[in-house]
Amino acid sequence: MKVQSLNFKARSTEALLDDDLKAALSNVKQGFIGKRAEAVRLVPEWEQIRAEARDLKNHVLDNLDHYLVAYEAAVQARGGQVHWASTSAEANDVIVDICKQAGAKTVTKGKSMVGEEANLNGALEAAGLEAMETDLGEYIIQLAKEAPSHIIAPAIHKTRQQVSDLFHEHHAQYGLHERLVDRSALVNEARTILREKFRCADVGITGANFLIAETGQHVLVTNEGNGDLTSSLPRVQIVIVGIEKVIPTLEDASCLLRLLARSATGQHFSNYTSLMSGPAQPGDLDGPEAFHVVLVDNHRTEMLAGELREMLRCFRCGACLNHCPVYGAVGGHAYGWVYPGPMGSVVTPAMVGIENAPDLPHACTLNGRCAEVCPMSIPLPRLLREHRRATFERSLQSASARYGLGLWAWLAARPRLYHWATRWGVAVLSRLGARRGRFSRLPLAGAWTQSRDLPSPQGRTTFMQEYRQRQSDANAQGGQGS
Amino acid sequence: MKSVGLFVTCLVDLHRPNVGFAAIALLEQAGCSVSVPDSQVCCGQPAYNSGDDVSTKRIAQQVIDAFESFDYVVAPSGSCAAMIKEHYPPLFADDPVWLARAQALASRCHELFSFLVDVLQVKDFSAEFGADVTYHDACSGLRELGVKEQPRTLMSNVQGLMLKEMDDTDVCCGFGGTFCVKYPDISERMVDDKAALVRQSGAEVMLGGDMGCLLNISGRLSRVASDVRVYHLAEVLAGMAAIPAIGEAANTEEQP
Repeated sequence: MKVQSLNFKARSTEALLDDDLKAALSNVKQGFIGKRAEAVRLVPEWEQIRAEARDLKNHVLDNLDHYLVAYEAAVQARGGQVHWASTSAEANDVIVDICKQAGAKTVTKGKSMVGEEANLNGALEAAGLEAMETDLGEYIIQLAKEAPSHIIAPAIHKTRQQVSDLFHEHHAQYGLHERLVDRSALVNEARTILREKFRCADVGITGANFLIAETGQHVLVTNEGNGDLTSSLPRVQIVIVGIEKVIPTLEDASCLLRLLARSATGQHFSNYTSLMSGPAQPGDLDGPEAFHVVLVDNHRTEMLAGELREMLRCFRCGACLNHCPVYGAVGGHAYGWVYPGPMGSVVTPAMVGIENAPDLPHACTLNGRCAEVCPMSIPLPRLLREHRRATFERSLQSASARYGLGLWAWLAARPRLYHWATRWGVAVLSRLGARRGRFSRLPLAGAWTQSRDLPSPQGRTTFMQEYRQRQSDANAQGGQGS
Repeated sequence: MKSVGLFVTCLVDLHRPNVGFAAIALLEQAGCSVSVPDSQVCCGQPAYNSGDDVSTKRIAQQVIDAFESFDYVVAPSGSCAAMIKEHYPPLFADDPVWLARAQALASRCHELFSFLVDVLQVKDFSAEFGADVTYHDACSGLRELGVKEQPRTLMSNVQGLMLKEMDDTDVCCGFGGTFCVKYPDISERMVDDKAALVRQSGAEVMLGGDMGCLLNISGRLSRVASDVRVYHLAEVLAGMAAIPAIGEAANTEEQP
């Protein structure tokens, strides 16, 4: 997928003007936040599980090489194959090769954010394969030729009417011409079409929520069951997954699963939590003939070695997006790539280069609500600051912002000059603003006054000036009295 | 008697000296001797949040120099107090001498309301304020310093004050320091949502503990022609809220 994060400002302004998007985003706020809070409230030991999960993932990251190799061996012992991809392009090549060697024509896909990183659909189509997304949200945005706008609810930006229009346009090819508006009728129509695709697909590709090093299994969490049909019906099963998803044991998965659905949707558990065990074994009634796992790095080891290491604890629940007031205002597409919101503002610059996404770490008030709800206790504001350091060091912010900051910092290191300058500023501003008490327009303050008045200073003096005056008055009086 | 260095904050210095004098009055009433060092300017957040650690350190050293001789440093702002308390020490991770000084200051640094309630255990200033008020929790104080109940405890002891909580009181108002001028369109949506919640609360007055948020929200309230008035809680507690609210014109007729 083309990286458009450089246009964050223009894209966010456009998003703010989109009334359909505003209506759709209010669902995020009303749906996810309250449900999560209630689900968490019902688990008294929540903070304890959170701490265990953090420690568990830290342990994995400290020993990532060990667990990945152990996982590989366990998969091979079950008859599966593991492929290592340093880049997204390598991952695509591996997957296209597997499909070609299997003589595949059609592919079904479960939702995979790593697949989105790689634009896997694009690579499959370029290789002449028909790739069909089977998660309802992913299916909708595939029809619309759009990127996901939320990591667990990819089509959250779409209204029901827009989905109805899309289905009406695209389902005619299956002889379905009725224009549907009812929610369940829309779902049923998609289900009818997808059912046939599931049955006929040669290859099924999904992501994975956890890779179990001990057993070589993986855990797949969905609400629609599409991941299970994608995994189990085709001849060939492929899992594309980031290297950070490995954990030691099934016991560990049970700890993380207690956090995942509650944080994501406020469910106690997702509708489907499946444990997959590689290719069909002798005597199994069904299951894929061949099983492949593609372990993708795509800048993850750079993160592991650097200041962003803690970001690799992320298991993509989306809680930080749901609680971010900036995401809530502009939605996911403004961010210009695969991952939006707070986690996206950390991950995207790490994967596409800070020079291609310099706004993302700055477009945040550092209010900390994301870190407060993050089930993996990732210090998102601190990690955003790491990126801000990089943008400062490489002068990636706008010239006006840099010069403004430079001037201010120079002045702030000279208290006497600073106080002299602020005395003048306050004296002038207070005279100009005294009558109304505020400015609705002011030269050089347009960014402030475009949307709010600027209160004028309370009086004609700064605090420091007034304080010194009162002190010297008191001393003079004290002198007279004695 | 405990000595307190008042960290005035740059926005109080420029925009609302009354908050600084109110803070002094409250601290003195609670039994502290208060000083205001001359050499203070700013806590350094604009530089820090822009990724300029070199300037931030220079400013932090200035603040440490100015305040380390006091028993406590107190700021009428959760944001500035959190900067000193939470963010100064890591800046000096590679400098043992300054790290020790930064940590020592951090351990004695407090936001005003939490200092009054938690440290001094003074919860009642015999203030009167006959109004329905709503309170905005500023994010830094709330999440970095745990300032939530302290202002409410203080408000519960103000005669005549009726608290009408707004929805989403813990959601950011869209100020975010330089954020509000770097991303004015996003900030506008956020502050507009906040102003709407303030109005829906039915309160006549909005109080808070951070000038940044208060300037932002009051500016939006007046832009949308709301008559909700905005003060810093310190002004109310110190009985110094008789002056025009933030962004309100002086009513010359009422002046003696």
